[in-house]
Amino acid sequence: MKQRLPLVITGIFALWILGALVRRPDRDDALGAFGRLPVVFNGRLQPIDSLARNSLTRIREKDTANLEPAKSWHERPRIITATEWLLTVMTRPEVADGWKVFRVDHPELKALLKLPEPNPPAGEDGKHYSWNQFGETGLKQIEDNARNIQENKKDSSQRNAFDNAILGLYEAMTLYLRLKNTVHPQDTVRFADEIAAYRKTIPAGVEAFRQRMSGAGAFDTNALTELFGPAERYFVTLRGEPPLLIPPAAGGDSFEWQRVPEALLDASFGAPLLKHLMRIPKAELPAEAVTEAIRAAGTRPLHPAVGHWAAMADAFRGEDTGGFNAAVAAYRGYLESLRLGDALAKAGREQRYNAFAPFSKAAALYLVAFLFGCGFWFNFAEWTRKTSLNLVRLAFVVHTLGLLVRMWLEGRPPVTNLYSSAIFIGWGAVGLGWILESFWKNAIGLAVATVIGFSTQIVAHNLALGGDTMVMLQAVLDTNFWLATHVVIVTLGYSATYVAGFLAILYVVLGLFTKVMTADMGRSLSRMVYGILCFATLFSFVGTVLGGIWADQSWGRFWGWDPKENGALIIVLWNALILHARWGGMVRERGIMNLAIFGNIVTSWSWFGTNLLGVGLHSYGFMSGAFTALMAFVASQCVLIALGLVPQAKWRSFARATSPAAPKASGAGAV
Amino acid sequence: MLSKVLQFLSSLRLTVVLLGLGVAVVFFGTLGQTSDGLYVAQERYFRSWFAYWTPHGSAFPVVPLPGGYLLGTLLVVNLIVAHFTRFQWTWAKSGIFLTHIGIILLLLGQLATDMLARESIMSFREGDTRNYSESSMDFELAVLRSAGSNDLDQVVAIPASRLAVGSEIRHELLPFAVRVKESYENARVRQRAPVMDSNRPPAAPNGIGARIVIDPLPPSRAMDSRNVPAAVVDLTGPANLGTWAISGELKPQTVTVEGQEWRLEYRPVREYKPFALTLLKTTHETYPGTDIPKNFQSRVRLRHPSTGEDREVDIYMNSPLRHGGYTFFQYQMGKEQLADGGRGTSALQVVRNPSWITPYVGCILVGVGLLVQFLIHLTKFIARRKPVGPLKPA
Repeated sequence: MKQRLPLVITGIFALWILGALVRRPDRDDALGAFGRLPVVFNGRLQPIDSLARNSLTRIREKDTANLEPAKSWHERPRIITATEWLLTVMTRPEVADGWKVFRVDHPELKALLKLPEPNPPAGEDGKHYSWNQFGETGLKQIEDNARNIQENKKDSSQRNAFDNAILGLYEAMTLYLRLKNTVHPQDTVRFADEIAAYRKTIPAGVEAFRQRMSGAGAFDTNALTELFGPAERYFVTLRGEPPLLIPPAAGGDSFEWQRVPEALLDASFGAPLLKHLMRIPKAELPAEAVTEAIRAAGTRPLHPAVGHWAAMADAFRGEDTGGFNAAVAAYRGYLESLRLGDALAKAGREQRYNAFAPFSKAAALYLVAFLFGCGFWFNFAEWTRKTSLNLVRLAFVVHTLGLLVRMWLEGRPPVTNLYSSAIFIGWGAVGLGWILESFWKNAIGLAVATVIGFSTQIVAHNLALGGDTMVMLQAVLDTNFWLATHVVIVTLGYSATYVAGFLAILYVVLGLFTKVMTADMGRSLSRMVYGILCFATLFSFVGTVLGGIWADQSWGRFWGWDPKENGALIIVLWNALILHARWGGMVRERGIMNLAIFGNIVTSWSWFGTNLLGVGLHSYGFMSGAFTALMAFVASQCVLIALGLVPQAKWRSFARATSPAAPKASGAGAV
Repeated sequence: MLSKVLQFLSSLRLTVVLLGLGVAVVFFGTLGQTSDGLYVAQERYFRSWFAYWTPHGSAFPVVPLPGGYLLGTLLVVNLIVAHFTRFQWTWAKSGIFLTHIGIILLLLGQLATDMLARESIMSFREGDTRNYSESSMDFELAVLRSAGSNDLDQVVAIPASRLAVGSEIRHELLPFAVRVKESYENARVRQRAPVMDSNRPPAAPNGIGARIVIDPLPPSRAMDSRNVPAAVVDLTGPANLGTWAISGELKPQTVTVEGQEWRLEYRPVREYKPFALTLLKTTHETYPGTDIPKNFQSRVRLRHPSTGEDREVDIYMNSPLRHGGYTFFQYQMGKEQLADGGRGTSALQVVRNPSWITPYVGCILVGVGLLVQFLIHLTKFIARRKPVGPLKPA
């Protein structure tokens, strides 16, 4: 039976994965079909589903909306998908405004906004609040405070936790406002009627406008005012920069997506002319362009996609399920007729990727595998190790699959930002751990693989709270060649250095606190660390150098002492130091272990710390959360090094070997 | 005695200490950038023999460190001495040899770059032609005499560093001497407000100086801003021309000596090229609906009279123009106000680095060396490894 257990257990988990992979989310549900519709936001084409999830994550730190947060899980609170939440925000904002989706944790911020304390019977959990609960005064206070902080504390490292909480909430509010005005202005009742009324005013209004601009005597003031009213309303909505819903009329490969109010204005004055007339900075037009824009006013037809969006919005707003389904289907058909089948397919793929959530599934598997791996050291039953190994293999496959799909969706190599670097460091470390395990078969490689695999997913999860993880790359990073070589190799160097560091941690923890460690195991660990360090040195060096070559190609400067470059250089130097110290016999087994643990600090500094400095080309600004986490990690590594410095005679695993007075243990008590 | 010194210089212990110090210098040199700015921190930590790190706000240096030059020199000495004394060549160590030669090359290459590389900026508007680039740090006082329509101007350029208060500069080609009354490393020039500045005299009685005041600013260390110097000078000598204000922000001013016009211009130091670039068109694309830059691109026409070259080139991110030992990289891009013509502007970074090839060679040597060495280790390890069964309770 025990021989079969590894396969059985892994099989159960594999079924779980397969089930999630095969199941098409909301296949026949119109909400699912709506979630697969393409939009452009953050400069990239994505499904509504991604826009909804990323926005909700930004606002609520979760990608589903629990509408009754005060209820505990067994009371079955009403939880809706991100897509349903977004659809409601866009088309029935008065309903969505009452949902408690804004996460507010900072006590002073709650006090400032007079938000209620936890009180489950009254529906208050003390963490989530609705737009309505902020009230007019609350919103004003958030805005004033945020503006004040942005002006007076320009350098983000001057800001305290309260400032960051204010700014976070302000950003969430701004995003929410943009979403509310995406399909139509937030106070629209029936969009189709509103559009019809607007179009009726265009001919006379535009005529009056032309006369006025030509300065040729009298013009119809009434007609102009009637058109200007709605036009100004759409103009204000447009200035809020909502997501781009309207596909390029030319279809196909064109990437000229528009915002709904932009398309509406195109039917009358056109947004560029209005921007010019309203003296928006950097939007002035040369004289001939103004003449041309005045001539073209009112001559363009309204983009048909606006009508489709109005039909979907009105049906959902009117709670007309059949009508909504029909409208979504009609819009999808329209997009296909525009030869936008590729955009539809791409959005659909990304929605399935979101629903499958490969990385959180892999993280769960790593956790289970870790527990089985630990179990092995306490009973040395081979089946626990095999189970752990199989689960790691399964998780690695899911992890790899996730990376590949991400690469496919983005059309990029695996590492494009801090988030994906966390995912990739984990992947590299698991791969190395698996290789180690296949040589040594003592669950050490598994332990390291699972711990790093799991913790990098936690890091990635926290980085994803900032919103979209697939944002477009700035011009200078827009080169797949260097991303695929320099970035990938340097990140594998991080992975390897971490693997060496975590092997060393295992050595210290197992040796000091348990009796598992034997002299044999110590030797094999030390050889593992050495081998991995060689690998780490090679990869960090080659990766760093490729970065230099990229810089030389891009800026003509091989080495510019940029903080991130320096961070990578420090890793190379440190790994070289450990290797030379070992070759020179300056350190032995334990010394190498302590140096390797310090390598964790060096790597974390390079990976995260350098980005927090706020200088240089890789600066992401100061993130107080990341800074605290980094400091905590550094402190923990220092404690481990201190433990590693405890004389080995005091280590539980080695105590009996060095003190002959201790009674020779026999049987199962000792290893 | 000598053998002891050699033993010390070749020892692995020294290598380890140097690597450790290297980690420290690079770390503190990075931290130093937050307070000193990139350029000053580089000078202080990496282009120096000794350095010390001073925490923000502390009056005393706290961490003394060897500078980059000292560490680099010692590492090179350590490597070379070790190879002549301690090392014995074997095939098994071929990777280490390659690696070390590569590292020596990298260190020397970096030194050569420090000594020889020159960086400057070429900025222009659409339609402009330039045959020179400008320094991003250093200014010069150029005194020009125009020599008729077809001839080149005659220029006497005085580096800003020579314009210290009290100094007097004479040149055989100049009809006057320049005596410095005031000098500012960084200053802003502004229109003198009659009411607000009633207790401040104009910067100088002559030229534009009569209508402006000079506000000194602390020298800037930030990466993306530069210092604009200003000065007040007396033009003396046989032709006494009085006191003038000069600044990097002012347009050229004209003085007349015996019917000959001379122009005064305080401008970034220029480096002339034997060829010229004309900016034809700038392209600045962002991702739809965002401000994230997608592409900066300058289309330029390159004309090199002595070689007869005349061609159009696109310069954009990760795709520079290399010509005549110079490399032109897309650096900044903008647009003038509509009132000034609304033309696109572009700034190219111009680099001349005769030793650019050394890091490439060095890196290939080190990369190959490490790979060879670790493959030797790995094959040995796999061949030697005893099969280890799973651990069993004793």
